[in-house]
Amino acid sequence: MNNTSVSENKQLLIPRNFIKVLILSIVLLGICILASLAFGSRTVGWNELMNGLFHPDVQSHGANVVRQRIARTVFSIMCGAALGVSGALMQSVTRNPIADPSILGVNTGAALFVVCGISFLNIGTASQYILLALAGAIITAIFVFGIGSMGSGGATPLKLVLAGAATSAALSSLVMAIMIPRSNVMDQFRFWQVGSVGSGNWDSISTFIPFLIVGILIALFTAPALNALALGDEVATGLGVRTGTLRLVAAFGGVLLCGVTTALAGPIGFIGLLATHIMRLVIGPDLRYIIPMSALSGAIILTISDVFGRILGSPGELEVGVVTAFIGAPILILITMKAKMRAL
Amino acid sequence: MMNESVNFIMVGRKKRLRRFILVTSFLAVIAFALCCAMLMLGNTIYPVSDVIGVLLGQEVKGASFAVGIIRFPRMVAGVFAGFAFGVAGTVFQTMLRNPLANPNVIGITAGSSAAAVFCIIVLQASNTIISIASVVGGLATVLIIFLLSKGTSFSIGRLILIGIGIQAMLNAVISYLLLIGQQHDIPTAMRWLSGSLNGAKMESLYPLIITVLIFAPVIFALGKRLDLLELGEQAATSLGIHTDKTRLALIISSVLIIALATATTGPIAFVAFLSGPIAKRLVGVGFSSLIPAGLIGIILVLASDLIGQFAFVARYPVGVITGILGAPYLIYLLIRMNRKGDL
Repeated sequence: MNNTSVSENKQLLIPRNFIKVLILSIVLLGICILASLAFGSRTVGWNELMNGLFHPDVQSHGANVVRQRIARTVFSIMCGAALGVSGALMQSVTRNPIADPSILGVNTGAALFVVCGISFLNIGTASQYILLALAGAIITAIFVFGIGSMGSGGATPLKLVLAGAATSAALSSLVMAIMIPRSNVMDQFRFWQVGSVGSGNWDSISTFIPFLIVGILIALFTAPALNALALGDEVATGLGVRTGTLRLVAAFGGVLLCGVTTALAGPIGFIGLLATHIMRLVIGPDLRYIIPMSALSGAIILTISDVFGRILGSPGELEVGVVTAFIGAPILILITMKAKMRAL
Repeated sequence: MMNESVNFIMVGRKKRLRRFILVTSFLAVIAFALCCAMLMLGNTIYPVSDVIGVLLGQEVKGASFAVGIIRFPRMVAGVFAGFAFGVAGTVFQTMLRNPLANPNVIGITAGSSAAAVFCIIVLQASNTIISIASVVGGLATVLIIFLLSKGTSFSIGRLILIGIGIQAMLNAVISYLLLIGQQHDIPTAMRWLSGSLNGAKMESLYPLIITVLIFAPVIFALGKRLDLLELGEQAATSLGIHTDKTRLALIISSVLIIALATATTGPIAFVAFLSGPIAKRLVGVGFSSLIPAGLIGIILVLASDLIGQFAFVARYPVGVITGILGAPYLIYLLIRMNRKGDL
């Protein structure tokens, strides 16, 4: 008797729109995947698309183009999902609506380490990039959170953003100082500096997978406790959550995801901000649903941005980092304009 | 009794005046010494007599080219850009009553830079057009940021956050432009990311010099009112100041000189941000710290340029040096403000 009522309650707790939103998102993602496979400097027709996907023996030019685009599409979906989940985690750990890797200066930290690696250690392989970028991202994140949460009121958006901007400015001066005497590094770096999923191949995907799985597992396991954290530290402690450990684990998951993405694809900003905020608006604040949905919406947004970049930049491409900055920054501005001043 | 307190105030005022004059002349002497160093030092070190000779228009073998064509414009660019950054930065910090509110943080320099890089890479434009475009870009960015942050009630926090959002977009534009640029345009455009006095030519400096000579006096004339604005909107109005008109005049003059300085040397990081607080600390209260701030701007730029040229094996542009010097101070300031709960 008691059991059934609990399970009924659980049924009721599923956000009202959840099923609709889930189906809609999956359909949208499907469309994005097809678009990503079809559009580019050479647009591929439906027949060739199907040939490329399902008839490995057909050897037309269009079919081969589609096969080339598969890796890129898979890679962009993974990056988008990672950034979406990372955004959701960071925002709930800091209880701060605008925590996004790009705003917190994590990207610049990763960039500094990568540049040091290129110029002093002669690194070149994907796994070396990842390790360095990850180390840079983690150190920078700890530093920025440390400064931003000093004083009364904890980590308010304004404090965090300023700490992030200041740290970014400091680190990018260092990046410049290291790069300027070495023109070959500068050339390598300016392509990394604009985030792009065009470099995605099966190698980077297979390097990515373990990190992605670990990060998403961390996110899913911490979600219920993070829900409690949203009520405030005292309440969460009262509910039996170890807030310190929780923050540490969840933040590690968030930084892991965005650090790896930054390492492989370069700094892509604002996906975490966008994905999580859209989902929060549509399905409410329950993180157990927001986290998987942020992964989905992050994947959609990044893939569609990449397609836009390829269409707008045709015959070349507009790097996806540029596109997401243009979609994401207005959202940041909107959040700022809507927010009550005390909350900042 | 009355007399005594008046006396007391007079004595204090005299003391502060003496301190102001002392500090200002001290700064002027350092700035002048750095100017001389800029002219004398280099691959070949020329004695003072040669430098003076060149400046007076005599033909000195070797020195005429090195000092007259290379070092002198470099020094002039540093002096005027440093002065402009120092003064305009202080205006913004005082007017918005927040040391963090400087042209870099609120996105003005990003606007100028984006416009300039666009002109260099896409339009392959001449120097004049680049200057005009960067001024227009800077002004437009300020306008957009102020309009967006006005909302229901103006607040500096909102302004800074919106400025950072706009900056993110502009930086994306700059990165993209650098990516599509021709290899040989990249070094010119890279200057817009860090700020440098390299390759300053006398004929491209005139717009900056003229603008600073016209608008810096305007700002100084409004200096007294600027200090009153710092007391707050209502206090300033009740003291008989048209706050909106004063603010508009100050913003336009500051943005003009800062945009032209950015157009000439690129955004030299943190000079606008550092000069004001240092000047305030040196001068103390009671007198407008605009002129000392301008002098400190000059000192920072020239000293950093000398460090960048001679202290390391590789030559660094001045913006990298000021960035490395300034960023720790910014972080220190943030920590202090957070502790005090000013944010």
